[in-house]
Amino acid sequence: MNASNFVEGVDFSLYFIVTISVIFLVGITAVMIYFVFRYSRKRNPVATNIKGSHTLEIIWTVVPTILVLFMFYYGWTGYKPMLNPPDDALEIDAIGQMWKWSFRYPDGKVSDTLVVELNQPVKLNLISKDVLHSLYIPEFRIKQDVVPGGDNFMWFIPQKIGKYDILCAEYCGQLHSYMLSAVKVVDKDAYNKWLTSSSVPANEHPGHTLMKNNACLSCHSLEGTRIVGPPLNGLLGKTEKAKVAGVEKEIVIDRAYLIQSIKKPNEAIVDTYPPNVMTPYEGILDDDEISQIVEYLETLK
Amino acid sequence: MTTTIAQPSYLEGKKGLFSWIFTLDHKRIALLYLYAIIAFFLVGMTLGLLMRLELLNPGKDLVEPTTYNQIFTLHGVIMIFLFIIPSIPAVFGNFFLPLMLGTDDVAFPKLNLLSWWLYVLGAVFALATLVFGDGPADTGWTFYAPYSVKTGTNVTMAVMAAFILGFSSILTGLNFIVTIHRLRTPGMGFNQMPLFAWGLYATSWIQLLATPVIGITLLMIVAERVFGIGLFDPSIGGDPVLYQHMFWIYSHPAVYIMALPAMGIVSEIIPTFAQRTIFGYKAIAYSSMAIAFIGYFVWGHHMFTSGMSGPAAIIFSVLTFLVAIPTAIKVFNWVATLYKGSIDVKPPLLYALAFIFNFLIGGLTGLVNGALAADIHVHDTYFVVGHFHYVMFGGTGFAFFGALHYWFPKIYGKLYNIRMANISFAIFFIGFQLLYFPMLVVGLMGMPRRYYDYLPQFHVPNVVSTVGSWILATGILMMIANLMVAYWKGKKARKNPWHGITLEWQTSSPPPLHNFDKMPEVNEKGPYHYKNAMDQ
Repeated sequence: MNASNFVEGVDFSLYFIVTISVIFLVGITAVMIYFVFRYSRKRNPVATNIKGSHTLEIIWTVVPTILVLFMFYYGWTGYKPMLNPPDDALEIDAIGQMWKWSFRYPDGKVSDTLVVELNQPVKLNLISKDVLHSLYIPEFRIKQDVVPGGDNFMWFIPQKIGKYDILCAEYCGQLHSYMLSAVKVVDKDAYNKWLTSSSVPANEHPGHTLMKNNACLSCHSLEGTRIVGPPLNGLLGKTEKAKVAGVEKEIVIDRAYLIQSIKKPNEAIVDTYPPNVMTPYEGILDDDEISQIVEYLETLK
Repeated sequence: MTTTIAQPSYLEGKKGLFSWIFTLDHKRIALLYLYAIIAFFLVGMTLGLLMRLELLNPGKDLVEPTTYNQIFTLHGVIMIFLFIIPSIPAVFGNFFLPLMLGTDDVAFPKLNLLSWWLYVLGAVFALATLVFGDGPADTGWTFYAPYSVKTGTNVTMAVMAAFILGFSSILTGLNFIVTIHRLRTPGMGFNQMPLFAWGLYATSWIQLLATPVIGITLLMIVAERVFGIGLFDPSIGGDPVLYQHMFWIYSHPAVYIMALPAMGIVSEIIPTFAQRTIFGYKAIAYSSMAIAFIGYFVWGHHMFTSGMSGPAAIIFSVLTFLVAIPTAIKVFNWVATLYKGSIDVKPPLLYALAFIFNFLIGGLTGLVNGALAADIHVHDTYFVVGHFHYVMFGGTGFAFFGALHYWFPKIYGKLYNIRMANISFAIFFIGFQLLYFPMLVVGLMGMPRRYYDYLPQFHVPNVVSTVGSWILATGILMMIANLMVAYWKGKKARKNPWHGITLEWQTSSPPPLHNFDKMPEVNEKGPYHYKNAMDQ
């Protein structure tokens, strides 16, 4: 059984073209090399001016035309079903942002990995919070750009139990190659068990959960290592040099600064970090959520 | 010019820096381009070697992710805009188009000099991103929005570089079109023109008509970055997919700006070394025009995963397959030209044959990209990277170096060491295959492009590819060293060492300033009709 319902169509179109291509490549190269030896200056000191042949021109126009039209046809038949998701498909939001995938299920559950039930059609609504991404599952032979402001989708039927890579195929900046996730195909029982279990550890701070789900932790560590942005432990009360509206200033990191840095990070960037890297979260997170995050940050030493 | 007294060559005569950088002679301008283009090629190649070194192992080998992203962007910008687009037209087109047409210069020599100065200015802008602002752009050479609008790196300057270089390209195209229409020597109709001139003619129309579109698009990016006008960034009301359309409306025809002159070179080299007329002259000449024409309408095949509608996808896919036909026709005619030839295997012919082989792989893998279903899997993976390096480098790059070996004796009046040229070719060719074939494999396995780091299953092909890059670089450096030695110490070349019959071989090597001491004779039976070959 193939990993998804699209493998057969994509692979057939691929193998069809590759087979014909290899035949042409080997054939033409062999003829070329044969001519070079057979008609070398030593063996054939006097050349013959042959201006051309209408018959041959017609043959090598018509035959390739027919072949490429077949290639087009199989490409189309393998692709067409990707445009038409079935009505009973389970709709999941696939959210891409710099640099993390997350998946939101109809009941509100949010997960870093895409867990799906065997043979249950799934439709992913592709949402980008910032720039272009492209959701790519090589084993399923599917890929679709995640366009900010767009309404792209992709769908598939998982046909084999297992775990498969999800990659980002559209370049999206610094950590593009680390924007990884996985799709886990499980049977009905395991799926239902997973769906009803809480994805949040029992005593986790709600601010911590929010940070996980909003890709904060892709760039900020909570224990002191620098990834892209500054580590977030022990921040409060620190003094830093920063550019505030273009002017060099000494600032003390307090609650207000943290809130501002989440909403509008470019307003005051600490000198050792470049501007315009972080997405402004104003409008993505509401005020309650931001204060939960700040509350959680206050607990980190 | 009826006198037969030999004039001094274009290399003699006036001396000094200004006699070069302000010259109006098409041959000297061609050499200005040649030195600049080779220098940028070596810079681009060094950046490529750094990328391969970083990708030798998963994880960090050499540089930080942002640095890597800047390296591949600069590699792309330099190789596309400073090497491959100007390469053959600006160097060999400038030098040989007037000679092959039997005339003394291009139609607008001052415009020609301006093109070179715009090229230099564009190059200065591209390199200035290294020193000014927050570092070179990290967007990829495609500058896709909205990332290119948001990133803090110096995109504006890189985009301006591409904008200025576009004008250089437009002016060269304009100059060649007028030259071909107005300056052919008496007795040379369009169908007596060498096929290189046909290739340049088709190319020039694309340069003239398509390049303004990229100019407009790039200005729109600058307007969006500087003034915040919402064109492409959806957070201020723009549409990122619109950018992709506008970008590829130029950048796909640009692929033919890169390929068509190379096909012209191959059409020159093969008859000369087979000493017989080209097979299917009109088929080759007119297929160039067909490629240039259909090439305008296939840009959407770069966007099959962008959310394109079914009917649009069908149309772009069918047209993409159709553009393969005139290319196939050329290949068949070139191979047929070897039939019953009297073939002398010299370095230029090796490059031409390698072109056919590499271009076949590049073209056939292009069919995979053109098929909708297959493209969904391979789009934006290393398969595409392998594909376009086979076309651009394996095709146009090999044709460029083939042309250099073919015309070197004419340009400098010196002959290089043939044995060394053969050896360096072999190393270059083997290195090339080792470098790029694994990319096709790792792409089919699912490795996306523009990847700083990769999953462990992709390791082996990446190692092979990196080792290939060292072999390729060795071959190229040996080749260039061989030509430099020939420039300084080479044996004097005869007027026509390969027994070619297009008009450039009727003048001395190197040619005099005004190209011909006596009026060249046009071959009435066609540009490649060898008199010492049997007629059929």
